[in-house]
Amino acid sequence: MSGSQDVATVTQARLETTASRLRELVAHLRHQRAQLREEWARLITEAKLLTAMTKEEIFAEATSVYDNYVEALETGTYEALQAYARNLSERIIPRGVETHEVVGIVLLLRDVLARSLFATYHEDFNKLNRILDAYEPAANRIAATVAVGFVQERERIIREQQEAIRELSTPVLQVRERLLILPIIGVIDPQRARQLTEQLLRGIRTNRAKVVVLDITGVPYIDSPVANHLVQTVEAARLLGATVIVTGLSPEIAQTLVNIGVDLGKMNTVGDLQGGIEEAERLLGYKVVLMQESVAQSA
Amino acid sequence: MQVPILKQGAYLIATVQSALTDEDLKQLRDTLVLQVSKVRARGVIVDVTALDVIDSFATRTLRDVAYMIRLRGAETVIVGIQPEVAFSMVKLGLTLEGVATSLDLEEGLAYLDRKAKAHEREVRAHR
Amino acid sequence: MRVPIDCDSDVVAARQKGRELASQCGFPSTDMAVVATAISELARNIVRYAVRGEIILRLVQNNGKRGIEVVAADDGPGIPDVGLAMQDGYSTSGGLGLGLPGTRRLMDDFEITSDFGKGTKVTVRRWRR
Ligand SMILES: Nc1ncnc2c1ncn2[C@@H]1O[C@H](COP(=O)(O)OP(=O)(O)OP(=O)(O)O)[C@@H](O)[C@H]1O
Ligand SMILES: [Mg+2]
Repeated sequence: MSGSQDVATVTQARLETTASRLRELVAHLRHQRAQLREEWARLITEAKLLTAMTKEEIFAEATSVYDNYVEALETGTYEALQAYARNLSERIIPRGVETHEVVGIVLLLRDVLARSLFATYHEDFNKLNRILDAYEPAANRIAATVAVGFVQERERIIREQQEAIRELSTPVLQVRERLLILPIIGVIDPQRARQLTEQLLRGIRTNRAKVVVLDITGVPYIDSPVANHLVQTVEAARLLGATVIVTGLSPEIAQTLVNIGVDLGKMNTVGDLQGGIEEAERLLGYKVVLMQESVAQSA
Repeated sequence: MQVPILKQGAYLIATVQSALTDEDLKQLRDTLVLQVSKVRARGVIVDVTALDVIDSFATRTLRDVAYMIRLRGAETVIVGIQPEVAFSMVKLGLTLEGVATSLDLEEGLAYLDRKAKAHEREVRAHR
Repeated sequence: MRVPIDCDSDVVAARQKGRELASQCGFPSTDMAVVATAISELARNIVRYAVRGEIILRLVQNNGKRGIEVVAADDGPGIPDVGLAMQDGYSTSGGLGLGLPGTRRLMDDFEITSDFGKGTKVTVRRWRR
């Protein structure tokens, strides 16, 4: 009983001394702020980190990071630092700053501060050790917080960009009222096939389309799961009340469709995009008048 | 859940308001078939915009509605199937083959009008 | 989450619960419809062939992937020939015979065990992409 109480007391005491050492440390870093910050910024430039940024920008960010850093040490809470790291990442990622640079600058700051602690306490070796003991875990945690924040932000941006690229890769064009064209170029992987279906079906509803021309002239080949998916998309479009005309079907893709049991006769296929659009206009009830004819008539 | 059925000219319009149980679906089917004969409707529109699931039973019932109504000399069109619902139906293997579908009520009416005109032309040609 | 199934309206309740869970899990609307449709098929089979049973809905995780799991369990008559029941168009009730094979196509994972005379358990999962 008394034994466990002793342990509790000792732990309590240790916590208090750690806290008081951190307080001393924070006071020291506040006191030396101007000088340490300057040195850190200089080392960043020397190490050729953050080359995409100007000296002034580096100094401004260094100041903010420094202050957030000291605050995290003081309060033991990392939320503010985390938020700042995210915000910083958001600003510098578009400028091409790399993960190793961000990790590099945080580690540099850790070293700058550690060196200053050496310089200040080198005469009292015991005290130096105790202060470093208190400093190190906090510093590591700070470095991890900043680096993780950066990496997460980067991943988020990459995800967003991929999404945007994917959407761009299946444009939905409205050429005239009730008529959509989806020109597909490149390989259709399962992910893209899913996207295509969603865009096509949503596009039908939002544009109140009656006919969709799906042009796959630019698709080199498709495997049978994707072929199946395409056929299902055509069927789903019909359930919405729209007709899909597939154009630019290469002999290879036609063969794939036949192999999975698609009755090509039941599918609306037209040789090329131009023919597909004409067929679409016919379905929509527009009269297609050939240029020569109309010229001849008016003459 | 009762599905209100409205008569508009020569057409009957059934507008589904919320999720339907199998019992509700059967009742809708029976009422529609009965009403078509009673009011001599030429066309029926079933608006399913409010349905977030159309499974095998619902599909079979809608198909039966269309077939039974055709036997009574009228046309049926299902309108308002949502994109997500259509996708799930097709994955499940449900295509509503032989049943007309349109984007919404307006399109459904236009479809029935076109059908009626074509029918008139045919009748005239045979006279 | 457990949803007891023993009548028509329980089928509707179960698929609404499934839709809610899928939405909480951050599934896009396409997947919400997919999950709800699968639940509808499995729950209806319970009412029709086993009279009563339950649908159990769970959020699951695998290697950081999140998903939704649906278990449909009953103590009904069981299925004498599961292979046959899994074929498109096979039905003992004049249905389209698409419920089970269609559910397999809708979902990412599909497991079925059925003991003739003892009951049926179908477990399906859909993973977030
Ligand atoms: N829970 C169950 N208990 C006993 N038999 C079942 C069960 N579920 C399915 N079955 C059997 O398997 C067959 C196939 O089921 P499935 O759901 O694929 O088609 P269905 O219910 O007959 O028609 P649909 O679902 O298309 O309306 C059923 O006809 C039935 O004989
Ligand atoms: Mg079934």
